[in-house]
Amino acid sequence: MPTYPILEYLWIVPFLPLLGSAVNGLFGAKWPNKIVNGVALGSTGLSFLAALEAVREFFDSGQVLFRKEFFTWIASGNFRAGFDLQMDQLTVVMVLVVTGVGWLIHIYATGYMAHEGGYYRFFSYLNLFMFFMLILVLAANYVLLFVGWEGVGLASYLLIGFYFLKKSASDAGKKAFIVNRIGDFGFMLGMFLLFRAFHTLDFQAIFTGSTLQGWPVEWSGHLGTLTFACLLLFMGACGKSAQLPLYVWLPDAMEGPTPVSALIHAATMVTAGVYVVARSHILFTHAPTAMLVVAMVGCATAFFAATIGLVQTDIKKVLAYSTVSQLGYMFLACGVGAFSAGIFHLMTHAFFKALLFLAAGSVIHAMSGEQDMHRMGGLSKKIRWTYGTMLIATLAIAGIPIFAGFFSKDAILFAAFENGNGGRLLYAFGLLTALLTSFYMFRLIFLTFKGQQRFDEHKVHVHESPWSMLGPLVVLAVLSTIGGWFALPAFFNGPDYFSNFLRPVFGGRETVEAAGEAVAHQVEWTLAGVAFGTVLIGLAFAYWLYLKRPEKADGLAKSMKPAYSMLLNKYYVDELYAAVVVRPLLWISTVVLWKATDVAGIDGAINGIASGITAIGDGVRHTQSGNTRSYAVWVVVGAIVIIAVIFFWPASGKPVLGMVH
Amino acid sequence: MTAPLVVFFVLAGLAVIGAVSLILQKHPIHSALSLIVVMIALAGLYLLLGAEFVAAVQIIIYGGAIMVLFVLVIMLLNAGVEEHTSISKMAGAPGLLLVVALAGLVAATIVRSTDSVLSTSQAGDMSSTLEISNMLFKDFVYPFELTSFLILVAVLGAMVLAQREKS
Amino acid sequence: MVPTNYYVILSAILFGLGVFAFVFKRNIITIFMSIELMLNAVNLAFVAFSQALGKLDGQVFVLFVIVVAAAEAAVGLGIIILIARNRQTLNVERVDLLKL
Repeated sequence: MPTYPILEYLWIVPFLPLLGSAVNGLFGAKWPNKIVNGVALGSTGLSFLAALEAVREFFDSGQVLFRKEFFTWIASGNFRAGFDLQMDQLTVVMVLVVTGVGWLIHIYATGYMAHEGGYYRFFSYLNLFMFFMLILVLAANYVLLFVGWEGVGLASYLLIGFYFLKKSASDAGKKAFIVNRIGDFGFMLGMFLLFRAFHTLDFQAIFTGSTLQGWPVEWSGHLGTLTFACLLLFMGACGKSAQLPLYVWLPDAMEGPTPVSALIHAATMVTAGVYVVARSHILFTHAPTAMLVVAMVGCATAFFAATIGLVQTDIKKVLAYSTVSQLGYMFLACGVGAFSAGIFHLMTHAFFKALLFLAAGSVIHAMSGEQDMHRMGGLSKKIRWTYGTMLIATLAIAGIPIFAGFFSKDAILFAAFENGNGGRLLYAFGLLTALLTSFYMFRLIFLTFKGQQRFDEHKVHVHESPWSMLGPLVVLAVLSTIGGWFALPAFFNGPDYFSNFLRPVFGGRETVEAAGEAVAHQVEWTLAGVAFGTVLIGLAFAYWLYLKRPEKADGLAKSMKPAYSMLLNKYYVDELYAAVVVRPLLWISTVVLWKATDVAGIDGAINGIASGITAIGDGVRHTQSGNTRSYAVWVVVGAIVIIAVIFFWPASGKPVLGMVH
Repeated sequence: MTAPLVVFFVLAGLAVIGAVSLILQKHPIHSALSLIVVMIALAGLYLLLGAEFVAAVQIIIYGGAIMVLFVLVIMLLNAGVEEHTSISKMAGAPGLLLVVALAGLVAATIVRSTDSVLSTSQAGDMSSTLEISNMLFKDFVYPFELTSFLILVAVLGAMVLAQREKS
Repeated sequence: MVPTNYYVILSAILFGLGVFAFVFKRNIITIFMSIELMLNAVNLAFVAFSQALGKLDGQVFVLFVIVVAAAEAAVGLGIIILIARNRQTLNVERVDLLKL
């Protein structure tokens, strides 16, 4: 028995869900729901336990980076890409979040999807997603990471289009996959560039290079290799994590069932982009231009998405734009160098966003499928547990102190503030986004749970969800509350456990070390106070607008009609893409490629040859006239031709018809 | 202009006139008679070339046997004047061109290739009948026997063909 | 003496006239006669070359050609008689059962 059994067999962690997926997929069609549940929950739960054990062994071994090559997948010349898994502190965070939150969502889904058709298919896809996501976070080289990357894209497509008979759902699935693909194109180019520079795609081989002998200076310049590679990797991250301009798939992805939205589009898949940037932090810190781009894109996305979320009426769409906005925060953190703050926000966001989506699913379930907030209201007394957990999640996302979101968001804003180039501007927008976040989240709470009951009680029978759904809600609510307490002691001059934990990975590149500790704390407290203040402003405004004077909301909308409709229509971005990208592409496909090249060109050539031959045959037919004398004419013609050839053939001095003497 | 040349041109002109007349006549009997003229002219040319035996054979067999056969058949079948159809008239000119091309090319080819041969011919006492018969029965005895066989087959064939059907 | 080329040219002319007659005359018998004309033209060429080269092979060959022409004329005329009997016409354009 090896010392660390689970670590030696680390592949068990991703393969258990794969096994569950295969079993459910192949045999689940005939099974009752209970057995499908057992397989799905069992495999994911066992995976979670294995992950816990792996983490424990990791701690036991002194938190040394663990890396094991299981088998060689590609060996070509000097290049080797293997099925290599690794475990370090960053992986610990990611794998626990993925398996833990994933398992809770599986439990929730058994309740939510209980009456849906294709039950076994849903869990098969969900387990397949878990497998790929775990491959992604456990990978020790870019190639295996990309396998997981593509795989979660596939699983996302399958799950978004789960109700495939509904056209909008299948369209949304296609859109997600295609937009992802555009990002993946950038990611692959980035990988190729990295390979060309380093001749390997192994994390350890690439990342240790920087400390040993240093990289050429020109790689880090504005047009340097590292800058391009990082920008291309970031392009992939934009696609996967829904940043500008490739965010358009995420709101449409709400067509999928709510557990899918919670798991994939809140907690895990969309964070893969942040994970990649964090994992490649050494490359990024050596390419300051790329870092600046990341920070600016993240900040812009955060603000942009928050403005759209202000006026949406579908409860899930508000949460979708909120997700895009929060992801922007994470990229902002990575862009200013605060990688552990970004990962911290990733973790807390996983908790409260999953909780928000699951609770929203609970509300939808209670309202028998209604998703429009304007048709809800006054539900707080009827579905108490849902209301309570959702309120906790809202407090967390808005950044109320004590709750998880406060600490992570505060760390990000502080790092932005301290950052050199343009940090103050980023901080300002970040703060403004926090205000908007607080506003629209509380708007959601007030519209959904408080205020007048805007639906007909007799038509909609409101009922609380079963405990299979409420249980995970409660667990996540607890995590949303205490999840930020890792960083709590830092406020009181104590150690920040989380960033300390991640220091071996990120090498202490936090900007907190830069200035003197005391001054830094002063600033931090001030900023925290300012942030809290803005949150309260947002809350008060939402309260006033939606509870005290609901009619003012309509009045405000009417008075600012152009801006309002612009926001309501999501800045017409989808229409813009359709006109600029989709329609020309379809036009090229139809007219140029199909009609011109395929029909006229290729078919025309082949058919033309055939009809040409037919025409020739038709002409030659006349020589077989049955008229003997015309045959004689042809004989004469042939004779003439031959004699002409003999006559005119360039004779090399000798006569052609030599005479024999 | 030596005497042989004059004789040649006379005989050649006669042959050509006869051939042209063969084409231009409407009644086949006239064409047959024109052909006889051609053959006699050719016999004369053979004599000019010094091939007496061939000239004699030409007159005896071609003129005396084959052409008589033709005239006999024309008389037997009561061949009349040829009818005119429009197609032949139309195709006359290009046909002529074709034929001229053919003749011209043949002539040109042979002429070009025989330039290395002496253009004057030698006197011809080598072409005696004795010599020819020597060659025929010694060197070419095999083809000779074959041709006699061929004639036998032809005679039999002609007899079979001309039988009246047993009706 | 007469140059050999003259004989050859005459032979070619006669051959061409024979071809012309073969293609453009409609009476079967006339067509047959044009075949004989062609053969004669070739004979002339043979004899001319035989004399130019001083060998007798050409003349022997001419004898053979004449024999074969005779045999062919016999059989051919027999066929013509049959055709005339069957189709009641000597116009070769009427004998077109080969035509599609």
